[in-house]
Amino acid sequence: MTTTLHRPSAAGALRDRVMRIAESITTPLVPADYFDIVNPLRSGAGLRGRIVAIHPETSDAATIVIKPGRGWRTHVPGQYIRLGVDVDGVRQWRAYSLTSTTGAADGHIAITVKAIPDGKVSNYLVRRATAGTIVQLDHAAGDFTLGAERPRKVLFLTAGSGITPVMGMLRNIGTQPMDVVLMHSAPTSSDVIFAVELRQLARQGRIRLVEKHTDADGMLNVTEIETLVDDVAERETWACGPAGMLDAIEQHWNDSGFADRLHTERFRPSVVTAGEGGTVTYAKSDTVLETEGSQTLLDAGEAAGVLMPSGCRMGICFGCVAPLREGAVRDLRNGEITTAAPGDGVLIQTCVSAAAGSCDIDL
Amino acid sequence: MTTLQHKRDSPIAHLSADDIENLGIELDAIRQQVISSRGADDAAYIRKVIELQRKLELGSRGVLLFSLFPPAWLAGTVGLSISKIIENMEIGHNVMHGQWDWMRDPAIHSTTWEWDNASPSDMWKHSHNELHHTYTNVIGKDNDLGYGIMRVDEDQRWMPFYLAQPLWNLINACFFEYGIAAYDLEIGKYFQGRKDKDEFRRLGKKVLGKIRKQMTKDYVVHPLLSGPSALTTLTANMTANLVRNIWTHSVIMCGHFPEGVETFEKKSIEGETRGEWYLRQMLGSANIDGSPLMHFMTGNLSFQIEHHLFPDLPSNRYAEIAPQVRELFDRYDLTYTTGSLVRQVGSAWKKVFRLALPNDFLSKATSAVNPGTLIQLFGRGPADADSAAA
Repeated sequence: MTTTLHRPSAAGALRDRVMRIAESITTPLVPADYFDIVNPLRSGAGLRGRIVAIHPETSDAATIVIKPGRGWRTHVPGQYIRLGVDVDGVRQWRAYSLTSTTGAADGHIAITVKAIPDGKVSNYLVRRATAGTIVQLDHAAGDFTLGAERPRKVLFLTAGSGITPVMGMLRNIGTQPMDVVLMHSAPTSSDVIFAVELRQLARQGRIRLVEKHTDADGMLNVTEIETLVDDVAERETWACGPAGMLDAIEQHWNDSGFADRLHTERFRPSVVTAGEGGTVTYAKSDTVLETEGSQTLLDAGEAAGVLMPSGCRMGICFGCVAPLREGAVRDLRNGEITTAAPGDGVLIQTCVSAAAGSCDIDL
Repeated sequence: MTTLQHKRDSPIAHLSADDIENLGIELDAIRQQVISSRGADDAAYIRKVIELQRKLELGSRGVLLFSLFPPAWLAGTVGLSISKIIENMEIGHNVMHGQWDWMRDPAIHSTTWEWDNASPSDMWKHSHNELHHTYTNVIGKDNDLGYGIMRVDEDQRWMPFYLAQPLWNLINACFFEYGIAAYDLEIGKYFQGRKDKDEFRRLGKKVLGKIRKQMTKDYVVHPLLSGPSALTTLTANMTANLVRNIWTHSVIMCGHFPEGVETFEKKSIEGETRGEWYLRQMLGSANIDGSPLMHFMTGNLSFQIEHHLFPDLPSNRYAEIAPQVRELFDRYDLTYTTGSLVRQVGSAWKKVFRLALPNDFLSKATSAVNPGTLIQLFGRGPADADSAAA
């Protein structure tokens, strides 16, 4: 007698069948296209969330509380999420650290955003977004976390919005005893995000807080750290802030020989400076080219033997559309610049676009 | 019409090369004005239309579950017809043109959209966006001029097949979605042996797959879901598809076939500048006058001129730029071809009838019954002397 080793579960088979029937009812759309009208946050939908509240933190920072859809898996404190919001009708993706406690009873999560000058998304979230808005979400990611084995002694070095992932960790430490020192830099006392909560934690003796108000005190000098915290070498350290500060810290920790105790998180502002022409990478074709500012990505690619989809070659048929993975391109018809960071999913017309700095095309 | 290049009085003779380039610059400025002001309101518009269409479709199909009752049949059929028209025109056609790609929403994007029509979207995008919109009204290049089954220009060669073209046009109107699918497949080219066999087979399979899904939905699944109303739901769905076909066919006929629209010679577009391309779009298209509701139901293809100038601008903005475009026509002394739906459909049909016969057929026939020419042709007489004297 033979036995069937692998048999799809009856429930699974039934589900597939029901789905197929449902699709034959809704073709050329899929059932989800109709369900989304009724409940965009239901399970099985693309991961989305609804903004439920926006709390101002400082004059240019706010916490956005989001009710995630059914598909949300929890996060590890310190991680970030990528958030897709429609600003002036255009979907923009950015990454923000989660600052909420995990497993909140209402299931809400929160990010804290500081508006940066000319920041499309940060300014929108801090100043214009309203409760009720649907946003696109990605699952939490990042390894700027405390790790499975909680260290006993910790040093957090933060500046500006670099406090956000650390706040995410502090709020989730719970009752575990941990010796925490937090050195935080901000221009003035009123620019300190979470000031009230941090100072209260310090008063309760749960953390040692060293505030540095750089407008008055000047920038934090790395050598200062050791004079303020005498046992730096014993402390597992997490640092998050501007690139200059992180570079200095990394250098110092390396020189001191305890680089393995240092964890850093860099916020890369997606500011791409546009130039004329540049290096174009056709990722799938393994081709890298130097192009002129007047040469279209389509012409350049074709000349180098890249298999480029194309059509009208004048910007009207959209037959040449391809993903811009990273970088900046210029629309040769009106000079408009389009930029993209990894994961943005920006699609461009290669027949009217030229490199404006280095860029990476998914072809 | 005859190709512009063959006309005795060219409608563009008064324009210098500089004029044409300036015209292009002015049109670029109009385009830029819309691009710079595209925003949240436009995004909200298309999302609202999509939501409205989906609700209308769900509602209509829901009502049709009880189509055994005549009022339900009527209401459901009207609703489904309107829903299909909106889906094909204001949504499908325009989304596939990339008019909404700027929103970067993968759910409303030219690269992902599939429509409620027999022709698969990627084949439609090739034959429509790429061929028709690039080579608009160029004889021998733009197959939309008669779709390969009709002669709609004096400069297209007459063949006896065209004698029955009013009938072909009527059949095409009733089965328009299949006409489009066959057209996108380039069936004619295949039978002339000018299309690669394997490629044709591959695409054919794709079209048949899409048609099977479409037919299963409208003619099997939904009727079955209606239980005792199966047969009436079937007739309702057939009617809705027929209404959609005739409506879309009529609107599209008005785009390039009415009297007053110009056509162009193949060699006239060699080395064409952007200004010249714009000029060809201006002269090669015709609008339809009407109310905002009429414009909406045509997917704003009633602004065919504006659409052909700027195929990638959001359709909800054509109405706003139409007066500016028209002012350009006036200033450059060009004819803005437009008219009511009835007039334009009538004009297009008239041409279909007229060109079913060879070009000079009517004049020959007329002159054939003129005694003077009869004598000229067949006999010698005083007429000879008269004409010699004249």
